[in-house]
Amino acid sequence: MATPSAAVPQASSIPKRRFGGDEVAYGITLLFSLSILAITVLLVYELWQHSALTRDKFGLGFIGSKLWNPVTSQFGALPFIYGTVITSILALLISVPLGVGAAIYLSELATSKVSNTLTFLVELLAAVPSVIFGLLAIFTVIPLMRDYIEPAIQSIAGFLPLFSGRIGAGAGYLTAGAILAIMTFPYIISVSREALMAVPREQREAALALGATKWESTWDAVLPFARLGIMGSVFLALARALGETMAVTMVIGNDRVIHTSLFAPGYTIAAVIANEFAEAEGNMHLSALIELGLVLFALTMVINGLAQLLIIVTTKKGSAKG
Amino acid sequence: MTSRNSRRNTVNNVMLTLCGICVFVTVSTLFVILAYLIYNGGKSVNLDFFTKLPQPPGQLGGGMANAIVGSAEIVLLATMIGLPIGFFAGIYLAEFGNKTMQFLIRYTADLLNGIPSIVIGIFAWTVIVVRTHHFSALAGGVALSLMLIPITARSTEQFLLEVPRSLREGALALGANKWRTIATVIVPAAGKGIMTGMILGVARISGETAPLLFTSLNNQFWSTGLSEPTASLPVMIYNDAIAPYDDLHRQAWAAGLVLLGLVLLANIAARMVISRGTSLPR
Amino acid sequence: MKKSVVMGLTVLPALFAVSAMGAQTINAAGATFPAPIYQKWFAEYKTAHPDVQINYQPIGSSGGIRQLIEGTIDFGASDMPVADDQLKQMKVRTLHFPTVMGAIVLTYNVPGVTGALKLTPEAISGIYLGTIAKWDDAAIKGANPGVKLPSKEIEVVHRSDGSGTTFVFADYLSKISADWKSKAGTNASPSWPVGLGGKGNDGVAGLVKQTPNSIGYVELFYALQNKMAFADIKNAAGKFVTPSLEGVTAAAAGSKDLPEDFRGSINNAPGAASYPISTFTYLLIPTEYKDATKAAAIKGFLTWMLTTGQKDAQGLSYAPLPKNLVAKVQKQLAQIK
Repeated sequence: MATPSAAVPQASSIPKRRFGGDEVAYGITLLFSLSILAITVLLVYELWQHSALTRDKFGLGFIGSKLWNPVTSQFGALPFIYGTVITSILALLISVPLGVGAAIYLSELATSKVSNTLTFLVELLAAVPSVIFGLLAIFTVIPLMRDYIEPAIQSIAGFLPLFSGRIGAGAGYLTAGAILAIMTFPYIISVSREALMAVPREQREAALALGATKWESTWDAVLPFARLGIMGSVFLALARALGETMAVTMVIGNDRVIHTSLFAPGYTIAAVIANEFAEAEGNMHLSALIELGLVLFALTMVINGLAQLLIIVTTKKGSAKG
Repeated sequence: MTSRNSRRNTVNNVMLTLCGICVFVTVSTLFVILAYLIYNGGKSVNLDFFTKLPQPPGQLGGGMANAIVGSAEIVLLATMIGLPIGFFAGIYLAEFGNKTMQFLIRYTADLLNGIPSIVIGIFAWTVIVVRTHHFSALAGGVALSLMLIPITARSTEQFLLEVPRSLREGALALGANKWRTIATVIVPAAGKGIMTGMILGVARISGETAPLLFTSLNNQFWSTGLSEPTASLPVMIYNDAIAPYDDLHRQAWAAGLVLLGLVLLANIAARMVISRGTSLPR
Repeated sequence: MKKSVVMGLTVLPALFAVSAMGAQTINAAGATFPAPIYQKWFAEYKTAHPDVQINYQPIGSSGGIRQLIEGTIDFGASDMPVADDQLKQMKVRTLHFPTVMGAIVLTYNVPGVTGALKLTPEAISGIYLGTIAKWDDAAIKGANPGVKLPSKEIEVVHRSDGSGTTFVFADYLSKISADWKSKAGTNASPSWPVGLGGKGNDGVAGLVKQTPNSIGYVELFYALQNKMAFADIKNAAGKFVTPSLEGVTAAAAGSKDLPEDFRGSINNAPGAASYPISTFTYLLIPTEYKDATKAAAIKGFLTWMLTTGQKDAQGLSYAPLPKNLVAKVQKQLAQIK
């Protein structure tokens, strides 16, 4: 679709408006953009369609039911929702303090060069494929958990129902939570650091001028401003933890029952889909698994949405960075 | 110094040291991972690994040649589908479109980006595997492309928006119309950033396992085409890691080292090119 | 970017060409129980017939049945006979071809215990029901005087995927324990009262190998290959039998006649030498193929399997089919078009 290609157009050769490159470019780019819309709509549609059997049979009770038995065609999502939520919460409990602490150091204490290098290294962690985390977890973290960490926890806090179960093989909620924590470090650190760096310099200077120590200035003057951004990072990390499949499947023990003890084996939505999908016995089973996929999709959509909202609000507020 | 002041100072020192420890712990996990992979996998990454096929269980030796080629095939397919779509969508987001369309497309792209990869796998299964009655490299490639599209679109948009207005206005002042401006001025100016965004996206999808589990499945041999089950590195690692044979564990470590090495190299190279901002998919 | 697109377009056909070198590819999937011997067979057959490449993915018996119903594979494999309602769902009438017989062993990892433990049916069902929780429980101690059993909790391992091996094991448990029959029953994916799930026979073997004080059920080959200990089990005749090919063959001989379509169980068979947890394993072959060369290739493989292939069985700790059975199975071949 050629338009006359004069380098410097003379007045007489300025082309007349006709169906030209601009419309085509607009059309092509619009087409590809709409395809993103189309793909997403199709995805939701397919998930909805293929889960019709169990949606009709169980309705909302699917979410609250504890029993998952492919043989009797009883399907309930609760054990998996429980496992997904518990492991994600565990992950956050570990990674948020560590991550925010690290972010504080990187934004307030480290020189810019050190901070950039270290942040770069942490962000590389996000590039490590999930299956490699799983590989490491099977051979290093599980024995560590089983032989050292879980017994230690049990000897200190064993009176709590959370820690009073059998330690078993080392595979379970706690181990999965620990691995997820490592996988979510980069998200917490990177976004929190940016949120902290976006807080105007005047805040810190004002606090220091009033005689605050560096820590006090950070805790009382800077952190509150960065709160929303940090929360955004937490939601981002949560969304990733909820959907994480491979590393969790390899360490969670694959037990379809809800256990109170954190040392016990469990299951997450993503893990059960990965394990049972290729061999789902019967259309009911398949529909149940796909409905689980739908539940996971809805969950991550909501959490991601919140994360984006919080991050946008912070970056708008912190535009005094210069 | 009053005792309250000294207490405040102590708190200050303790908390800041703790923060330093946090950094140490988090950064060192990367090195611990690398160390384990190099230690366990290093001795097994040899010529056999790259050239031989996997052996039946119980027989020693063999390699992952088919998985390496298979991964390359699937990722290449995903790239050929996903990059153009993402690239042009990114251009739309940055250059054309009204506010509502932009918001809609951005929101949908971010939504697609945030979908767990196993759900993408389910989708590819219903749309391709069930309809074609085949596990195939094609299904795997499509699944991965679905992940690549939003990453590419958003990063392309981001770098296009960073091109200074003066460049655009200069081109328009010279009489170039919009698509020429985009094609000959803006895109090349943002070129480095766009390329690195693409490289990072491709690196990310090449390590994904979940979408391949029930799309490209796996293969003991060379796959004979795009519509056949195909071996891939991540799936091989998974299968070998949960198997009981020490020999397969050894192979899993080696494959892990190779895969991680490639992914990290791509990331480091990309970041060296654009040394600003964050490379994390948001 | 243009350059890389062009490069990609030229590389892809090249890759295509490399990988499309001539072979007739047949896709199969299913049980992990016989995977070691199937993989060996397919590799051997390919060496003998380079134009026939059979790609077998061990995804579990339920997986094999499911994918066969979906039509994504050319034939399937399962330790458990396919149920009537599932057979109905198959697009084409499907036959069961017994291939070998094998033993399911109880393998364990108890530090300090080196020899073979003797387990009674009551002990096994108690362990899997969760009523027997420790290794030094009376039910286990009683059969193993002189063995030092630790007072540790038993880590029970079972399958996380739908498994023919599980089906056979659960069938055995249902036969020897009314409690199990009512609580969980005979099927490929029962509601396990206790335990961890491993994926595939190798997943279970892997878990037991890595976990102290654990016990799991796997096909004999997996335990032998990994030098893991396994138990002698008391059979229906009251004798403790070490898992072996002879025990499996005796079980097959002791069972009543198999039905015409070969879907039968040889668990808890009578006979002093019978190993109580034995099973056939089957290839599930559709009777019609759109592609005539594919049908011919599969028939060729099956013929080979029933004759030359059987020789490989013993080396990998599977029992070859009894000769009279082979004759009956060969008659089925004619039905494949």
